[in-house]
Amino acid sequence: MSAALVLHQVACVRGGRPLFGGLSLQWQPGQLLRVKGANGAGKTSLLRVLCGLLTPADGQVLWRGQPLASQREALGQSLVYLGHAAALKDELSPLENLQLACQLAGRRLAPGPALQALAHAGLRGFERRPVRSLSQGQRRRSALARLELASQAPLWVLDEPFNALDTAAVAWLEQLLHTHLARGGQVALTSHQSDLLAGVAEQVVNL
Amino acid sequence: MNELSKLSATQVAQPLAAVPALPSLPSLLQGWRTVFVQEMRIAFRRPGHTLAALMFFVMVVSLFPLGVGPEPALLRRMAAGVVWVAALLACMLSLSRLFADDWQDGTLESLLLAAYPLPLLVLAKLAAHWCSSVLLLVLISPVLALQFDLSASATGVLFVSLLLGTPVLSLVGAIGAALTVGLRGAGMLMSLLTLPLLVPVLIFGAGAVDAHQADLGAGAHFSVLCALLLLALVAAPAVVAAALRIAVE
Repeated sequence: MSAALVLHQVACVRGGRPLFGGLSLQWQPGQLLRVKGANGAGKTSLLRVLCGLLTPADGQVLWRGQPLASQREALGQSLVYLGHAAALKDELSPLENLQLACQLAGRRLAPGPALQALAHAGLRGFERRPVRSLSQGQRRRSALARLELASQAPLWVLDEPFNALDTAAVAWLEQLLHTHLARGGQVALTSHQSDLLAGVAEQVVNL
Repeated sequence: MNELSKLSATQVAQPLAAVPALPSLPSLLQGWRTVFVQEMRIAFRRPGHTLAALMFFVMVVSLFPLGVGPEPALLRRMAAGVVWVAALLACMLSLSRLFADDWQDGTLESLLLAAYPLPLLVLAKLAAHWCSSVLLLVLISPVLALQFDLSASATGVLFVSLLLGTPVLSLVGAIGAALTVGLRGAGMLMSLLTLPLLVPVLIFGAGAVDAHQADLGAGAHFSVLCALLLLALVAAPAVVAAALRIAVE
């Protein structure tokens, strides 16, 4: 059974406006899928189609040879999705948010590895503060810290992951993505910074 | 900043999982517990929403005796209806934010992409909503019933009817909340969508007290409320889950 995620003649329409159509691709293990396009071209919509949040107007999305919609729970264990919003609860701490994200993905997480992941993300000393007291960059790091603990999830779908990050955090994230791709994981992302993640096997989708 | 570029050795060494197994029953319960605990924790750290619904309930129920005047017979007659309508409106008030905050902060997508069946997680969220917001209304209702000169037994019937009926309010109201998530004026639209569906609960809930006061017994009304609760427990989480998937698209 192929681990590839396949899009076959996929079309997407938002608000009555066709964004893209006839899109076919095979997203293979170990491959970076870089989605490029102008604002409003449908980059985020394509990422949402890839993880089953958006049903295409036409065409099929297959994962492991089966329609994506028929294996949502299994996909949930294999997927990390980070959208525009950080998916953090303001009332909870980064530690609690991280544990929650892992538990929703079906993975139990002890405080030790979670604290270590947050330290790697540059949030040492902020682990137990409410997320609402963090800066935008710290919130983004807090959301991205789940990637440190998602080595068992092959599919990473990231919408503008480098936004709001400083230079050090960009380097940290780049290394995380490199490592994931090197072990056969799949990364799909939108980013306006095309110089990042150079030298990896990639497939570019221009919308 | 060196920590930023450090990757744990275990992470680098771990191979990718081949094909994940579907969650087992203990794992499903774990998923339910995760969402329930999280929602309760958030509710305790943000008590404003809960207190607003509670204060609304207390004020609406308390205004009626002041407006109608000190006529015990009339107050006894209208007590159940007033308490039930106030509970219904207070429940709608607290339900209006049920999914809206999750939609805004992106955690709704996390729920939709979780490794557990969405109806199960919805049920956990609704259970937490009822425990954190609506249960308080039920618990305070015997105190408020004193203003209406209800007898102890009638107050007991009112309490049990609310205990059986208010979960239905949460379950059915959540359908409206899910359908209107992300829309402008969602609160009003949600009420318009769900209030007609909740009329039977209101009739049998308030009717239980009336039947008891007329010495007819409230058993039949409780049975109907139980049936409505079971029906809502089975159907509502799946409907809410489907509505959320549509709303997020």
